[in-house]
Formats: sequence, structure tokens, C-alpha cells
Amino acid sequence: MTDPFDMEMPPRVEIGVLGWLKNNLFSPWYNALLTVVSLAFVIFVVRAILRWAFFSARWEVVTTNLKVFMIGRYPAAEAWRVIASLAIVVVLAGLSWAFRKAKDRPIRRWLVLAWIVSFPVIGILLRGFGEDNPFMPRVSAEVWSGLLLTLVLAIVGIAASFPIGVLMALGRRSRLPVIKILCTIYIETIRGVPLISVLFMSQLMLPLFLPPHIRLATVMRALVGITLFSAAYTAENVRGGMAAVPRGQYEAAQAVGLNKALMMILIVLPQALRNVIPAIVGQFTALFKDTTLVVIVGLLELLGIGKAVTGQRQFIGLHQEVYFFVAVLFFICCFLMSYGSRRLEKALGVGER
Amino acid sequence: MMSEVDMERSDTADQIIRCREVHKWFGTFHVLRGVDLMVRKGEVIVICGPSGSGKSTFIRCINRLEEHQKGTIVVDGIEVTNDLRNIHAVQREIGMVFQQFNLFPHLKVIDNVTLAPIWVRRWSKDQAVKIAEELLNRVGIPEQAQKYPGQLSGGQQQRLAIARALAMQPKIMLFDEPTSALDPEMIKEVLDVMVELAKSGMTMIVVTHEMGFAKQVADRIYFFDDGSIVEYNTPAEFFLKPKEERTKKFLSQILTH
Repeated sequence: MTDPFDMEMPPRVEIGVLGWLKNNLFSPWYNALLTVVSLAFVIFVVRAILRWAFFSARWEVVTTNLKVFMIGRYPAAEAWRVIASLAIVVVLAGLSWAFRKAKDRPIRRWLVLAWIVSFPVIGILLRGFGEDNPFMPRVSAEVWSGLLLTLVLAIVGIAASFPIGVLMALGRRSRLPVIKILCTIYIETIRGVPLISVLFMSQLMLPLFLPPHIRLATVMRALVGITLFSAAYTAENVRGGMAAVPRGQYEAAQAVGLNKALMMILIVLPQALRNVIPAIVGQFTALFKDTTLVVIVGLLELLGIGKAVTGQRQFIGLHQEVYFFVAVLFFICCFLMSYGSRRLEKALGVGER
Repeated sequence: MMSEVDMERSDTADQIIRCREVHKWFGTFHVLRGVDLMVRKGEVIVICGPSGSGKSTFIRCINRLEEHQKGTIVVDGIEVTNDLRNIHAVQREIGMVFQQFNLFPHLKVIDNVTLAPIWVRRWSKDQAVKIAEELLNRVGIPEQAQKYPGQLSGGQQQRLAIARALAMQPKIMLFDEPTSALDPEMIKEVLDVMVELAKSGMTMIVVTHEMGFAKQVADRIYFFDDGSIVEYNTPAEFFLKPKEERTKKFLSQILTH
């Protein structure tokens, strides 16, 4: 502990606002010049944007079509089902946040279970039952669109590709040559082709592998493509994280008697995944934005809906407003993801070596 | 005197480790060239020798962190072979302490100790925690249970590593240069724990250059050079009357300062 009689403090530095300005922005003379020029440029740009946003932009194209942006061609009478799905997610997220520090293991276990169950529940909610079910008639996946479709593609894509990616990473480091070769071929093939071609392939090839009486909706086939694509990248990220776990950790795990599976689950993966949170979240952010590519197989996600909206007769030519709005929505989602990632890193970084 | 250290005694019943003609190659490099070593229950064996002499590799073969390519290693009646069941059985009976500690940085101190008993021995959590607390007490860090390994000093980390190994209630403990990565003022606290462990009757093989420790508790000291045992003896004989030139040279090098 520190010596209570040692009262020496570090020297205080006081410069104040003006001093700081002078030191950092206005000396020597060329810094002053740079400051003035940059300030002028910033003011010019911000003024132009604000003037456009508040005076010349015709935001009615957005406000009128708000529902279209959110759920697209999803029947308006059934919109409550989307809202209910959203409510489930919000409530679960809120509970997870509230109990994030809870020592109470049962509560956390229930929450994890609830998250897992929420996926099929939301799926049923959105899709409905039979054609003429009075309560929840079927809404074909073909009409899901807008932000709803973007979120479904991204969330299901992320949730499904993560475990597959981890398994692929484990497989690629396997000692069994068959598993190792298969995983390597898969990963390198997928990483070697653009997402667009994977999407086309999943549309055209998938039906060939399925029995003829099963017909997957376009959305489902796109989801398969996105998941397969993302899993390959997740696998490589996770593999990198595993390579960064020191050899001594593997040896210590063996020395205390853990078998291969327990060693991976309890010792290697927790450290490996924490190492690669930034990389994986970065990749999931990219995946979120890449969902816009499904427009090439005829699906109207947020950006596609935006394009469709600009074609409305009464709003012709209002591209700027529409794309600005779409960009803001994308930014909010991606920002939330990277914000969450930083929080997660901090929360897991306790006791870092 | 010689009869006490005689390896060819007829009663092999209480020999818990039996290594015969153990050879190992790293690529074409012949690291172990026919090592014979027997350990009886409760004995403390110290292995010393210059770096690169194969002493670490040898003890890592005993719990199969390295694979030997010729010869036999039998631990508590189980032969160490490629059979995974044998390997796991042997690894459960042997605790190991590493030079670099190799603690699990993502787990709290207490969880480092309880992990293997809970998952491998299938103990209940309460039972594992109770025994872990006793062990942390034994190695002198009971107040650190809720911290992470990275928050402990080097000496505390190594004592935690000893507690983690003991939690599996091993019959044998291997120490691979346990004090070599420590600051000088922390070596004693680790050696004290090891001396206490030796006196409690634990079978131990210790690779170390701490000759004070060897004099105090070792039953035999083995001197390794070039992948084989040059000589071995009781500590008193080993230090007073080394037979081989290489041993004399090594001892003069490590004991002069």
C-alpha cells in the first residue's frame, strides 16, 4: 500500500480554455491558418446540409411511407404481429440488461432459454398458420420486405452463422484429416467467391438438393446463402483467435485431466472468442450491410424498398430524402452493434492478463 | 548407501513410476537417449542438468504432454501409450506445475481450482469449492479467491498453480522449473509450499536448479546431460562426491555464485 506520509503529488498543469486553444489550434502560424480553413469548410458543409434538411427537403416522402419502409408489403392488417415480435425482442433485451450483473444463475439460464425459444416464436408470429386461419393467417415470406426483412436476414444470418463458423474453425484445426480437409475446402471456396454468386447459387442450386415436394421461399434460400457465406468468415476469425491462445493453456488443460472437448469448450474457446470480438462484430456489421445484395434475387429489403418508393408517382425525383433516411437507419443499426461490441469487450475484459 | 538408491530391487510393487529405455526425437534431433528412472510412492526426485539436456521433455513424457517414441513409461500400473483412455487416466493421476504458471486467465482464482474437479471428477460445486478453499488456504492465498490470476503476484500465481494441480487429488506431482520465472524475493514462498507438500508424503518429480530445496527434501538427485542420465545419488552423496566429470563441472557452475 502507499505510504500515508508520502504527500508528494504530481505537478499540476493548468492552462485553461484559452491556453488550450492557443497551444493546440493557433500556434505556430500555419496551425492557425489550418484551423481557420478547416472551420470554414465545416461550417460551409454543415450549413448546406442543415439548409437542405430543414428548408428544401420534402420529408413527406418519408413520413407518408414510414410503414412501407418498416414492413414493406407485409399486410397492414397483420402489422401487429411485427410489433409483437419487436416487443418480444425489446422485453428480452431489457431483461438481459437488467440482470446482466445478476449472480443468480437460474435467472440467466432462463433468459438464455427465452432467447432461444423467441426465435421460433417470432418465426411463427411473422409467418402465421394456415392460409385461412382466422387468428393468424399465413403471410408468405415472399412479401416480407423493408426494414423487417433486413433485420430478419441479418439477425437469423448472424445467429445461425456464428455456431456454424465456430464448428468450422474447430474442424479446420482438427487432427482428423477428413474433417480438416472438408472444412478447409468449404471455407476457402466460400471466401473465394463474391456474396452475390453465393446468393445466386443458393437460389438455383438449393432446390436441386432438396426433395421435390419441399419448396423453400426465396427468403429462406437467401438466408441459407447469407449464413453459409458468413459462417466461412466467422470460422477464419475464430481460428485466428484460437491461434492466439498460448500453447501453455492447452497443456495446462490436458495436465488437469480435461479431454479434448472440455478443453475447447472451457479453456480455449472462451479466450479465443474474447480475442476476436472486434473482428467478429466488424464482420457481422458487414453482413448487415451486405443484406442489401438480396435485391438481385428479387427481395426488397430496406434499400430495395427505398428504391421502390422513389418510383412512386407523387414523389418522383426525391432520391436524396429517401436514401438519406435509409442511410440513417443503417447507421443507427451498425452503430448500436459496434457500441454493444465495445461494451461486451469491456465486460469480458476483467482480469485481463 | 548404494542399496538405498538401487534401481534393480526385486520388489517393484511400490514403484509408482517406471520408465525404461525412454527415447524421443524432435525431428531428427535425439532429445532423450534411453532414460531409465523408477520412483517409489512418496519419494521426491529432483532432476537437474544444463538447459537442452532433455529434463523438461522427459517429465512432459510422463504425463503425455510429449510423446515418447521408444521404451516404456508405466504410471501407477497404467502404461502410457497412444490409447486415449490410458492417457486420460494417467493425466488424472498426475498434477503438473509449469514454469510459466499457465493459469486460466479468464477464470477467477477459485474457478481455476474447481474447474477440473467439477468437470473431470464430477464433484458437486459445493464440494469442489470447499476443497478449493482448503487448498488456497494451504498455499497461503485464501483471500485471493475472487480475483483473477492476472491480479496476483508471480509467487501467488505459482502457488495458485500448485493448488489447481492438487485439486484433482493427484498421486504424483510434476514440477517443471517452477521457480525459474519468478522474481528472487518470490522464490521462497513457492519453495516453502513445495517443501510442505514433500513432507506430507506426496510423490514428486521436480526439475529445478534450487539445490537448497534438493538438499532439504530430495530422496535422489538425477543429473541429466545430452538426453540421458549421467548419474544419480542421494543429495548428500551427490553434492559431496560426484563421480562424473560433467557433474562436477555442472555443480561448480551452479554452486559458485
